[in-house]
Amino acid sequence: MSTRDGTGAAVVIIGGGVTGLSAGWWLARDGVDVLVLEAGAIGWGASGRNGGGCSHHHSPLFREEQRLWPLLDELLGHPTEFQPERIRIALDERQLALYRQALENAARQGFRSEVLDPAQVRELVPLAGEDIAGGYYYRFGGHANPHRTLQAYAWALCDRGGRLLQHTAASGFDTRGNRVVGVRTSRGTFACDQLVIAAGPATADLASLLGVGVPLMSARAEMIVTEPLPLMRLGGVDGNGLYGRQTLRGNLAYGGGPHEWVETADVGFTRPYSTPLQSSIARRLCQLLPKAAHARVIRSWAGFIENTPDGRPIIDRPGTVENLTVATLSSVGFGLSPASGRAIRDLVTTGACGFADLSSLRLSRFAGLEPDWRQLQGWLPGAVGAGE
Amino acid sequence: MLAVPMKSRAHAPIGRDRASVAGKQPPIEESTDLLIVGAGPAGISAALTAVAGGARVTLVDENPVPLRTMGEDVPLHFGGRMAPTVANRNAVLESILRARPQLAEAIEAGVDVRLGTAAWGLFPQRRTARWIDGHVAGLADEDRAYLLRFRQVIVATGCRDMGVAFDGWQRPGVMGASAAYKLATLYEALQSRTAVLLGGSMEALQIGNALLNAGVRIAAIIEQAQSIPGPAALSARLAAGGARILTGHVIERTEGDAQGVAGVRLARVDAEGRRSAAQLERIECDTVLLAVAAIPAIELLEATGCSVDFQAGRGGHVALIDGLQRTSVPFLYAAGDCAGIWPSKTQSDATASREGRIAARAALQALGAKPAGLEEEAPVSVDPETRDIEGERLAWVRALTLHCAGAPFVCQCEEVTAAEILGLSPPRYLRWRHEAADTGRLVAADPGCAPHPDVVKRLTRAGMGPCQGRRCREQIAALVALGSRRRLADIALASYRPPVRPLPLAQLAALPEAPAMGEGWESWFGIASQWVPFWRTPPAYTVAGGRGEEPAAGE
Repeated sequence: MSTRDGTGAAVVIIGGGVTGLSAGWWLARDGVDVLVLEAGAIGWGASGRNGGGCSHHHSPLFREEQRLWPLLDELLGHPTEFQPERIRIALDERQLALYRQALENAARQGFRSEVLDPAQVRELVPLAGEDIAGGYYYRFGGHANPHRTLQAYAWALCDRGGRLLQHTAASGFDTRGNRVVGVRTSRGTFACDQLVIAAGPATADLASLLGVGVPLMSARAEMIVTEPLPLMRLGGVDGNGLYGRQTLRGNLAYGGGPHEWVETADVGFTRPYSTPLQSSIARRLCQLLPKAAHARVIRSWAGFIENTPDGRPIIDRPGTVENLTVATLSSVGFGLSPASGRAIRDLVTTGACGFADLSSLRLSRFAGLEPDWRQLQGWLPGAVGAGE
Repeated sequence: MLAVPMKSRAHAPIGRDRASVAGKQPPIEESTDLLIVGAGPAGISAALTAVAGGARVTLVDENPVPLRTMGEDVPLHFGGRMAPTVANRNAVLESILRARPQLAEAIEAGVDVRLGTAAWGLFPQRRTARWIDGHVAGLADEDRAYLLRFRQVIVATGCRDMGVAFDGWQRPGVMGASAAYKLATLYEALQSRTAVLLGGSMEALQIGNALLNAGVRIAAIIEQAQSIPGPAALSARLAAGGARILTGHVIERTEGDAQGVAGVRLARVDAEGRRSAAQLERIECDTVLLAVAAIPAIELLEATGCSVDFQAGRGGHVALIDGLQRTSVPFLYAAGDCAGIWPSKTQSDATASREGRIAARAALQALGAKPAGLEEEAPVSVDPETRDIEGERLAWVRALTLHCAGAPFVCQCEEVTAAEILGLSPPRYLRWRHEAADTGRLVAADPGCAPHPDVVKRLTRAGMGPCQGRRCREQIAALVALGSRRRLADIALASYRPPVRPLPLAQLAALPEAPAMGEGWESWFGIASQWVPFWRTPPAYTVAGGRGEEPAAGE
């Protein structure tokens, strides 16, 4: 691998979101010369705009996700605000049936949960109300603070000799044979032995420059935050079609409900604006936690998020470019990041993930995908009116 | 879950994503041609001009502000100095109409005037947010929140006061100068007998004189600089009314009783802001007027996406406007103090009113109305730059906050000190192992770039509280500039987000929504295949083969 000379690195990672930063940190702690390039500021995309949940029992990375989160503060040397466990409240029978799937998936992998009756929910969740069908207490998972975690990865990466360059947008590649040898950016070209593209919505465009087709579509989603309220025993309380948490400071931070498909070309450096959708989120939060109805909403935010056609991640080495690894977590990346970063490190350094079976996350599963899949799935932006 | 694809005329069959926002526009009953936010001199002039030109005009003003909101120092730093009469909404409405006689004229002329109505967001359709047609404003009065459609909007939201932390600045009685002015003149409800004025700029002296006229005794003008920056005539008038002129001084601390401030202890500072060891002098007062800087109130403009920049001649961060008061957002105009504050504009309402008229004329033209009989006016220009507002603000923060004996909270809501801001320290409730405050971290957070206050905010929580950063935003920017040895103008503005006024969940929740909103509500994208456990996922995915999955709960 090339020596560190300031104009390149053994591994260049495009994308300073949680996935790229975690991968960079895992590589740096192994002593690999790694450089993370971020087009804007770290976590500017979906990584900094999510509910902070860490309970993805459907994923092949679940076990590792669960193992790593309780250790992460110590491993990184900076706080993530991780809090274990989660209660999910169902207000009706449909939600009760839906949320039950988590129990079965988790149980199969050796994780415990409990079924709660309405009285037990109210006992555990002081802000809950009367109209409850039931709930589940997941003795796994939990939540962390996305921004704090992002910065923790970034600091930990740098503490271990890795490098991070923000405001450095990748615009093209130098190749030699089937290999990428350089990344062209707004700050010059950086040589690389290995390249990881983990650039959120921009992943598809960047990979296509190397002849690798990654089917992705971008969307906008929204969240709201209230003023701080007295801390509940467990902050990881959600349900009623919402995800989110009471932060350790006491704020209620929740999202959920409809997304809006947007053209990736429109995402660029556009700020993700929130809309009156915040009212519909507020309405469902009032139903979920009626005793918080007086709390004042002090912020809302939106984020741009990419999805693959089946909503599952791609973490793969496409092969047509020998030294390329592509990663998109398809709208569920924050919680899985400790494990996804480790998986990417494994792919980059040994060619295969040493702790989980990533065969369900191969890019090749889309080989027969209909070219007009976006239309077929209704994943298209709406029309823009004439306006003023 | 996917619906069965339907035949479309021109292209491939189009599926429907029932979990997306498509087709879920909220019902919006009310509409107007021109919305004007803020019924001060600029807003009222704009309304009178536009209604004369034949437009349907809706003029909203958040005063009277709900008492609870005032108690949180929103939208101004009221410092708890509201007289009990503010609870009497009708009395306040009457005093507002007395203070602004042109409001009656506007109502008479057919303007739809809505007092006690705050605009908490402007939501234009844009490429990345298309689901609601046209332009929509989020409004809220004391009990309800609602949406109003508009075609053009003039924002005339005035100004607020820069906060600066010193020991005891959290005491009731420490308040913004313009908050005091508004309470005295608009609400007739300022509970203050004796005040000290912290700051000697034109804006500060102007308010000091207005409060003197309203019966408040101004005991002293306290200015960190070695001379009073504002006009001598204005400080002389205050001196004649009994005010001591104390240049080269800062407040060391407030001293208080059950009612809040009872006095201040002063310290002498030199030109570098360093304090002398001389004995601290005490001045009796019940109020400290923060008049270090008047800040254009741009939260609605910035949150809507207007291009914003630091313009020293306009008093700091303002929306970029052209000669017609147009911002970078085509249907949005800024007028009055929120479009910029400079000394000659502060001296009378004439400039603000003119800006309102210019904006209204431009809006009328955009609406296709004929501004018949309305005289065209030359664009407003700012004063030739004579003041170094960057230097002034940095000097205040250095002298008052950085050289302060204690460690006052710069962000009162989240209780964050200057050292914690400069060291990017995690909040104390995390009980993270203590690291010595290290400004290197602030600079290293994004090497080569000025530290961004949004990053400071996320890591330290400074600026994230219920006052929405109104009391600390400019101080934090100044601290970041001092800590990174950069110009204040190089420090970005921490972003604003709707709702730009705190709104109770229950009130926000009451906006009507389309029935389809409930039918397709999913906690995440509603992509069934996303949640199929990895041991059951098929080896290949196509749209045709991917249908038929059971609904699954997103995580």
